[in-house]
Amino acid sequence: MDTHDVPFAHQAATFPAPFALDCGEVLPGVTVAYQTCGTLNATATNAILVCHALTGDQYVAETHPLSGKPGWWSMVVGPGRPIDTDRFFVVCANVLGGCMGSTGPRSTNPATGEPWGTTFPPTTIRDMVRAQALLVRHLGITKLFAVAGGSMGGMQALEWAATYPDAVFACVPVAAASFHSAQNIAFHEVGRQAIFADPDWHDGAYWRTGVIPARGLAVARMAAHITYLSEQALTRKFGRRVRGAGGLFGDMFEVESYLRHQGSTFVTRFDANSYLTITRAMDYFDLAAEHDGVLSAAFRRTATRFCVVSFDSDWLFPTAQSRAIARALNQAGANVSFVEIATDKGHDAFLLDEPDFHRTLRGFVSGAAEHAGLT
Amino acid sequence: MTPVRNDLQMMGAMIAPGSRVLDIGSGDGSLIEYLFRTRQCDARGLEIDMAEVTRSVAHGLPVMHGDADSDLAHYPDALFDYVVLSRTLQAVERPQEVLRQMLRIGTRALVSFPNFGHWLVRWQMLVSGRMPMTATWDRAWYETPNIHPCTIADFFALCAAEGYVVEQWLAVDDDGRRAPWRKSARLANLFGEQAVFLLRRG
Repeated sequence: MDTHDVPFAHQAATFPAPFALDCGEVLPGVTVAYQTCGTLNATATNAILVCHALTGDQYVAETHPLSGKPGWWSMVVGPGRPIDTDRFFVVCANVLGGCMGSTGPRSTNPATGEPWGTTFPPTTIRDMVRAQALLVRHLGITKLFAVAGGSMGGMQALEWAATYPDAVFACVPVAAASFHSAQNIAFHEVGRQAIFADPDWHDGAYWRTGVIPARGLAVARMAAHITYLSEQALTRKFGRRVRGAGGLFGDMFEVESYLRHQGSTFVTRFDANSYLTITRAMDYFDLAAEHDGVLSAAFRRTATRFCVVSFDSDWLFPTAQSRAIARALNQAGANVSFVEIATDKGHDAFLLDEPDFHRTLRGFVSGAAEHAGLT
Repeated sequence: MTPVRNDLQMMGAMIAPGSRVLDIGSGDGSLIEYLFRTRQCDARGLEIDMAEVTRSVAHGLPVMHGDADSDLAHYPDALFDYVVLSRTLQAVERPQEVLRQMLRIGTRALVSFPNFGHWLVRWQMLVSGRMPMTATWDRAWYETPNIHPCTIADFFALCAAEGYVVEQWLAVDDDGRRAPWRKSARLANLFGEQAVFLLRRG
């Protein structure tokens, strides 16, 4: 398969100053690709930063320029939506390490003139947040009205509140956790090993051959996708139904066909080295560890209002982890709302049509806006 | 919102404006909304029924899902000026421990509970020899969530044993209207349907 390198100019801001990473290495400047919706008000007080998940990108609300699909959170962000772009100025940035225009393994390493590939330094969620902070300041915003995100986006939202407490009025971590569990790391490792095992992988220097490790990346996506769904959702959608696809193994279960489709479409839009970098960043995430092992210390004396949301069928980021966040926030004396939404859709529910979740989000955002004096 | 209920007004009047308040068992959030709107309080809720939590947060109120028996331990000392427990004390697993936690995390505790010493309850038990069924105590013994009923006299005794100062107390009817027997705890224990206590640590 050819490398997927559609020449497309993502909107981006470049910051030429050296950018120090948590690992100790320094990037010679960073580029942050981003999209905005809505209008920043005169006092720059109505900005909401939306943070994307592992395989998401900055196209949160508008049609994706490459896939032609609706934005990944178009049900949540838009005119009249729970995050209402008629009222708020929404910013969404491609994470550091990503492959949609922000600095990442596919960018050129100025020292070698070649893509960074696997020599791209290990990055952390906090590195991603620091890069977003450069963008936010560049856009003339000193205090975000809110930071919101699901899954890895929720990790970033938490990191924002912990790292820049004075710059976040409200924080909405959805289907998130304050650390990546051993089980989550294990699933990521399966995906990474699938990529490593692909003969087209070439130790990450696959740009030299012009062939991407599509099989490995597809298998990584398939394994990960199972973790995004619940057993009930898989049963409801596919059950044991078989479709007569023929081929070597005869008929194919519908769930197999679905996963293969997920895998094969994923490789057309995502870079394998980015996948490795970002999964690693999630694995490293442990907010308490950044604060001497005490999660509530991350939020000490915070004035941020929090809304922690989980989904009862999410076994990847289970409610217990959200409850632990809510309790740590209580310990810090924070103003926190905490809701578990009933759904059978698993972790993916944060991306799907979940009326209770959307009502919750809408209510929290408008309540917080009232407290922030936004009209 | 629905018209302000008598009990909200009565409890609201016992809370100083601008206070930081935790309402345990916040239900539909009407007390915290009332305190925010009319008394400029930083009022938050803790509620065990997820449907109520969702409704409250969707209404813009800061409510978290949790349980009085297990979640109060996670708040720091003296975070709140008032911790409210409205008509819930009799339904918690460990009322004594919940009260201790309330007065650990709050300077004052505002507690209301249905009075099991009401004359009708006593009369029914005396006459029928069975658990009472009244407008207030309206569930059979095997399905009632009210596992720790107490009387006004019992509650005074607990406060004395725990060293709590009763700053205010009153007996009210089921609609929250103040009952006339304010001077006599004995009469209140006989005729009050609900009791309200404002406590602080001794």
